[in-house]
Amino acid sequence: MLHSLLLVLLIGAIAWGGATIGLASLFGVVLPYVAVVVFVAGVVWRMVYWAKSPVPFRIPTTGGQEASLDFIKQAKYDCPNTTWGVIQRMLLEVFCFRSLFRNTLGEVRVDDPVNKGPRTIYYSSKWLWFFALMFHYCFLLVFLRHFRFFMEPVPSCINFLESLDGIMQIGSPRFFWTGGLLLVALLFLLARRLFNQRLRYISLINDYFPLFLLLAIVGTGICLRYFDKTEIAQVKVFIMGLTHFSPVGTAGINALFFTHLTLVCVLLIYFPFSKLMHMPGVFFSPTRNLPNNSRAVRHVNPWNPPKQYFTYAEYEDTYRDAMADAGLPLEKQPEKAAE
Amino acid sequence: MYNAKAVTIGIIIFVILFTSPFWASLLGKSYKETGISLPKNEKECVETTDFMRNKHMQLLNEWRDEALRNENRVYVASNGKKWAISLQNTCLKCHTDYKEFCDKCHVANSVDPYCWTCHLIPQGSTK
Ligand code: HEC
Ligand code: HEC
Ligand code: HEC
Repeated sequence: MLHSLLLVLLIGAIAWGGATIGLASLFGVVLPYVAVVVFVAGVVWRMVYWAKSPVPFRIPTTGGQEASLDFIKQAKYDCPNTTWGVIQRMLLEVFCFRSLFRNTLGEVRVDDPVNKGPRTIYYSSKWLWFFALMFHYCFLLVFLRHFRFFMEPVPSCINFLESLDGIMQIGSPRFFWTGGLLLVALLFLLARRLFNQRLRYISLINDYFPLFLLLAIVGTGICLRYFDKTEIAQVKVFIMGLTHFSPVGTAGINALFFTHLTLVCVLLIYFPFSKLMHMPGVFFSPTRNLPNNSRAVRHVNPWNPPKQYFTYAEYEDTYRDAMADAGLPLEKQPEKAAE
Repeated sequence: MYNAKAVTIGIIIFVILFTSPFWASLLGKSYKETGISLPKNEKECVETTDFMRNKHMQLLNEWRDEALRNENRVYVASNGKKWAISLQNTCLKCHTDYKEFCDKCHVANSVDPYCWTCHLIPQGSTK
């Protein structure tokens, strides 16, 4: 945990220091291009790698009753047996995080009135679902809002998003809800790992690192907007230079901006090699994308060697005379077979 | 590769989505300068140019609070100069061309100050 925190702080410090001593173009121009290439190529490579692994059999989950006899009710969304059903399940998963929604928590209640003693109880636990959903949607909106830096003229849908996001008209520059909620959601996801003993035991550096990295990105972003402001118009000129492949000077832009940018680049570079690959990964996950039709359709393992069959009819054809001599019962007598 | 068709479509969608900042920007115009027209007969702003560029919204927020909560309608700038706190009568007296100054920069950066639902952009300013 501490290691990943220190690592993120170190990255931030390097970027900050580098930008102050005049290496801004390294962190602001070279690194973003490298990061985008690594990100896109890395993700495509992982997707192709996954697509090369065969999944010969259906992997049904115990999420619900599979399609069976007519009078047994099938769990349509959790255990579909058609492609359309799988598409519905996938949409629910991607947009509503349905499998997190089903999350339950087991707990031993020491003094239970029903049992008059200890009892294990399970109840529905929606916190992870709620904050995960909040995090992802806020992240999406924040990501979309950043398109004001990439587009000239800025399309009205981005304007609309911003006016919605700042609808409370708090302060100036207006407070954007998604930024604040993003921070809250991330802090919950971190606190969950720190304060839940069992979760803490299984948490590794590759769980903490992305959390701290995202916290740092959100933190620097919020600072850039509300506290240590930089000149937005200049930043847009700079970014439009990047996306038009004709980088402009970095003069007049705050070092904190380059820290923000560097952290985003580190996220992009780290992405294809980390658990964050669940973004494309959810579409590849066999328990989500396979209809549970193993009773209706025959699935043959593609790398099984071709079978050598020797049917009884062929066996009798081969040994008919010998069998007839030994007096064994035959389906066709030799004189009949000769016809 | 198994399910090559679906996977290829997926890869194409991914690549298009995540290179969209480049497409979106290359499709539109480029943005090399703000193109605002500065006031002609004045030399300097309320605060330094850098400060104004970065923080004029925070300054306006401070002005609003000072005027309406603390009944203080005089702002003393960091160089000691005194300014009457007024959005319409101070800022827009020098920056007469709202459209070519404030608005130009705001539209390009997708900022939409809601101030003008109440405050008026002074007459004579080409709206
Ligand atoms: C050089 C470009 C530029 C010019 C010129 C400019 N602004 Fe701004 N203004 C901005 C940017 C960029 C923001 C958004 C800041 C942010 O997102 O952190 C902003 C934000 C604001 C806000 C806060 C809007 C909100 O709801 O968040 C107000 C109010 C404002 N400007 C008023 C003015 C006025 C009045 C003028 C003209 C006298 C003016 N600005 C001229 C760039 C400019
Ligand atoms: C709901 C209507 C409304 C909105 C929206 C509004 N104001 Fe005001 N504002 C007022 C009123 C009313 C006063 C009081 C005028 C007075 O007492 O002189 C005022 C006064 C002010 C003052 C000080 C006195 C003056 O003459 O300027 C400032 C500065 C100011 N507003 C800035 C802003 C800014 C910046 C915004 C946009 C972010 C804004 N206001 C949005 C209604 C509004
Ligand atoms: C005395 C006249 C005057 C007043 C009053 C004034 N400005 Fe300015 N402002 C100027 C001048 C002149 C410049 C150009 C300074 C320069 O280029 O060095 C300027 C520059 C600016 C800039 C930076 C533009 C750029 O170059 O990107 C902003 C933003 C701005 N003013 C906003 C405001 C706001 C908001 C107010 C009200 C709080 C205000 N100004 C009041 C004269 C004025």
